[in-house]
Amino acid sequence: MPAKMQLTKGNEALAMGAIAGGCDCFFGYPITPQNEVPEVLSYELPKRGRVFVQAESEVASINMVYGAAAAGKRAMTSSSSPGVSLMMEGLSYIACAELPCLIVNVMRGGPGLGSITPSQGDYFQACKGGGHGDYHSIVLAPWNVQEMYEFPALAFELADRYRCPAMLLADGVLGAMMEPAEISDDAPPPNVPEKPWATNGRNGRAHKNVVNSLVIDPYGLRDHNLKLQAKYKAMECETRWDTRDVDDAEILVVAYGISARLALSGCKLARKQGIKAGLLRPITLFPFPSKQIAECATNKKRILVVELSAGQMVEDVRLAVNGKVPVDFYGEMGGVIPSPAEVCEKIVEAAR
Amino acid sequence: MLEETILAGFGGQGVLMMGKLLAQAAMEEGTSATWLPSYGPEMRGGTANCIVVLSDDEIGSPVSEKYDTVVAMNQPSLQKFESKVRPGGTLLINKSIVPIKTSRNDVNTYYVEANDIAESECGTNRSANVVMLGALQSVRQKLKPDSIEKAIAHAFESKGQNVIDANLKAFAAGMNAIDARETATP
Repeated sequence: MPAKMQLTKGNEALAMGAIAGGCDCFFGYPITPQNEVPEVLSYELPKRGRVFVQAESEVASINMVYGAAAAGKRAMTSSSSPGVSLMMEGLSYIACAELPCLIVNVMRGGPGLGSITPSQGDYFQACKGGGHGDYHSIVLAPWNVQEMYEFPALAFELADRYRCPAMLLADGVLGAMMEPAEISDDAPPPNVPEKPWATNGRNGRAHKNVVNSLVIDPYGLRDHNLKLQAKYKAMECETRWDTRDVDDAEILVVAYGISARLALSGCKLARKQGIKAGLLRPITLFPFPSKQIAECATNKKRILVVELSAGQMVEDVRLAVNGKVPVDFYGEMGGVIPSPAEVCEKIVEAAR
Repeated sequence: MLEETILAGFGGQGVLMMGKLLAQAAMEEGTSATWLPSYGPEMRGGTANCIVVLSDDEIGSPVSEKYDTVVAMNQPSLQKFESKVRPGGTLLINKSIVPIKTSRNDVNTYYVEANDIAESECGTNRSANVVMLGALQSVRQKLKPDSIEKAIAHAFESKGQNVIDANLKAFAAGMNAIDARETATP
């Protein structure tokens, strides 16, 4: 059956997107606000002869992902902020072992056990490593239900290409909201590249494949780090971003995910008041569209960064423009969602 | 067109379904729609609500500060959300179980006996939500009635033709529930 428009919840779209993206196995532990992801996968994966495991904890989940990814399978887990924190050790191991996999974080309010309401407080954790050591995951930030469906496949593809973990960073609103989206229940299987490094049996090879994250020799570990860093540099060509009405804008609003939705409405309200505002939305948060932001900002009066956090991505925007354009910040925390009118007010202030 | 609506009531009154029917009908027409349920730490017996945004343009925010329409299926919802209606906006109140009047005098308020109409038309107050949807349709008219009828048929498909027919009847009754004489305020 070809893809058709369906009124779909973000979390459900994400689950179907993972299936379309060739997810072989899911390991996870329940947590609000992403529970529809494992719910849907718990019946859709076994139906297709694939694996669903409700693990005993998030620590177990991420290590199961580690094992399955090492065996060359498209493996994923899904959780929300406190659960993802528990996975950080395993994620660092996976990054060091250069294994492709997908980690979904449908963010909720933190720190601590926090709340179950939407937030974007995990940007630093997602984009700056999160676990120990110098590593990165590719980070994708959807802003609507259609992208919740499409990005798991993209994440698996990029993860395979660079042999690194990919993270899909969503939030409680995107997970819970419904929108029409073009979704296929039986998408053709994606092209998965050969994985000659996988520990899936010797298959007639002369050597044994070993997956490891321990490099005890300092020079060996330095060289491994240099290799990882070169890979992160090479990923820059995968940078993705999107804009709305930026050409004639005097105020550039930079926001991702659900904040970009609020900001888009805020920009429209500002334009009704005669203030030319435009939106730049990073789609990949790592690699971050620094060059694109700097380029877009050249003829702008000010930049306003909007986040559901105390100000995390704003640091990368400031680094991107390097003092050439003043950068303001507007954020809400704890699950409070600012209205477009409030965003508009901040745009008006910036334009003054 | 940008139409922002809050639908609120007790858990079990079908307010989330009302919202889904609106969003589904919008999709039928190729209109953009978002449906966002409240999912916070709600109490059993408390209010459930959803926000529906319809637009013929790309929808940015799925939430707003003020709304074109608020539908209050019970008293706590009226008290919680009547302040959210834009001046000049629309407030629909389920008169069957809300014994109070709104304190707003700058909005168009309609008192609809949704439970009673559902009871007399369908023999059960369970379709009070669809009666109210009919009433909403008669005063806001942002979507075509037959799109909503299609959405009803789609939503209740698995429950059989009898349930679909009962809800279509409830919708039709709701469309006729508000007549000019009853538009009480302002």
